[in-house]
Amino acid sequence: MTSFLFAAAIFVLVMEALGLVRILRGPADADRILSVQLIGSGGVAVLLLLSAATQTPAIMDVALMLALLATFVSVAFLRDVRHSDEPTNT
Amino acid sequence: MKFAIDIFTVVMVSSGVVFFMAGTVGLLRFPDTLTRLHALTKVDNLGLGLIVFGLLPQAQGLLGALKLLSIWVLVQLSGAIVSQLIAQATQRSGRQT
Amino acid sequence: MTYDVLFDLGLAGVLIAIAAGAIFARGSFVSLVLFMVYGLLLAIVWVRLSAVDVALTETAIGGGVTGMLLLGAASRLRATKGSAVKAGFPARLAAGALCILVSIALGIVVYALPEVPPTLAPIAKENLASSGLGNPVAGVLFVYRALDTLLEKVVLLLALAGVWSLAQDQAWGGMPGLRVYAKPNSILVFLAQVLPPVGITVGIYMFWAGANRPGGAFQGGTVLAAMWLLVMMARLREVPAIDTLWVRQLLVVGPAIFLLIGLLGFVFADSFLAYPPDHAKPLIVIAEAALTLSIGVTLALLVAGPPERMRQ
Repeated sequence: MTSFLFAAAIFVLVMEALGLVRILRGPADADRILSVQLIGSGGVAVLLLLSAATQTPAIMDVALMLALLATFVSVAFLRDVRHSDEPTNT
Repeated sequence: MKFAIDIFTVVMVSSGVVFFMAGTVGLLRFPDTLTRLHALTKVDNLGLGLIVFGLLPQAQGLLGALKLLSIWVLVQLSGAIVSQLIAQATQRSGRQT
Repeated sequence: MTYDVLFDLGLAGVLIAIAAGAIFARGSFVSLVLFMVYGLLLAIVWVRLSAVDVALTETAIGGGVTGMLLLGAASRLRATKGSAVKAGFPARLAAGALCILVSIALGIVVYALPEVPPTLAPIAKENLASSGLGNPVAGVLFVYRALDTLLEKVVLLLALAGVWSLAQDQAWGGMPGLRVYAKPNSILVFLAQVLPPVGITVGIYMFWAGANRPGGAFQGGTVLAAMWLLVMMARLREVPAIDTLWVRQLLVVGPAIFLLIGLLGFVFADSFLAYPPDHAKPLIVIAEAALTLSIGVTLALLVAGPPERMRQ
């Protein structure tokens, strides 16, 4: 069971790494914030799997914090969403 | 009994991870921000939800199980609202280009 | 290779990739998003190193607050066209060389650690029970090294004073220029009404649980700060002017109560910041409660920035 949970966590981590590609490619800033959402949910999943794999309930508190803070950060970044035709090299 | 519980966990967590994969593939391959957003909501709802259901039998006590469920509800709720905000931002910038 | 080692290797690889992306990305928005994601994933590293308290703090500060601080800095740079100035090649070469040197030094130190590193952890755990606390990190923060904790909270206030000192003379005492959403947005208002009660509950739970499980005043305070910032960004409440009385009172209540408890140690126990034998835990919890409030207000005002305009 522990090995299986770690394997599942590895899989979710790989998915998150693939989501990073969307951050780099864009093209709109809103796409990048989408990826942050994926990484937030993926991070929560990884932490919950780790909590069950290592039988450490305290890790669920980290997942709770991550859920709250990922939302907060997405809202903060959305103040700055610019139109996709504006230059982004500033 | 323990064997049946373990099988349940394996099946649920695997299905959840499959939905994670589906959402990520959608994020990478769909042509437009709004379609990618639609793919991503599957991750929050079904992906995390199935993983949480699979981990419920492994949780320690009623409090642990409640915490797992409330984390899922929180991620769903905030994910849904932030998705609406992202869609609104995309529409506004689309209208002005 | 067992699955947990594979997971750690994968995690390290992803983090290095994110760091490289943040450095080489074109455009400050991409770099900021990647840096923030780096902070969020670093929390998983701390969890794998069995440092759950640090993971909680990393998520809150590294993921949330630092990201917002950098966002504010980037927007000010754009406004003043400061980002048009690029760092010269010698400067970047020196920065890169310094990073490589530090990495090599860290590698040598980690490789050269003795088999059983010298540590005070067993002695600390043994004596923890007499203070009534269950969390060894809380024990270190409030019993063994309480002076450090007190000084850290004062340093936070000094940092805030430093940020405020960046204001122009005529704006002193006014309202900080936190960038808020320009138009009131019904979806955002809904979020700012639904999420803060959850966040405040989580923040209080974090502080309360810190006595016996990972958590503490700092983590709880940071969640409270994030919720208050959310309310201000959605324009449900205005950013308060920095000379408002309740703001100043909340800022100092934490360090003041902690200092008071420390001075009472002269009277009721042996020395400064010593606790009377049976009353250690209640005193520590009172100090932590006040500190949670102060840290929340301090961090939120740090992110809000220096005052920019006077009250109307």
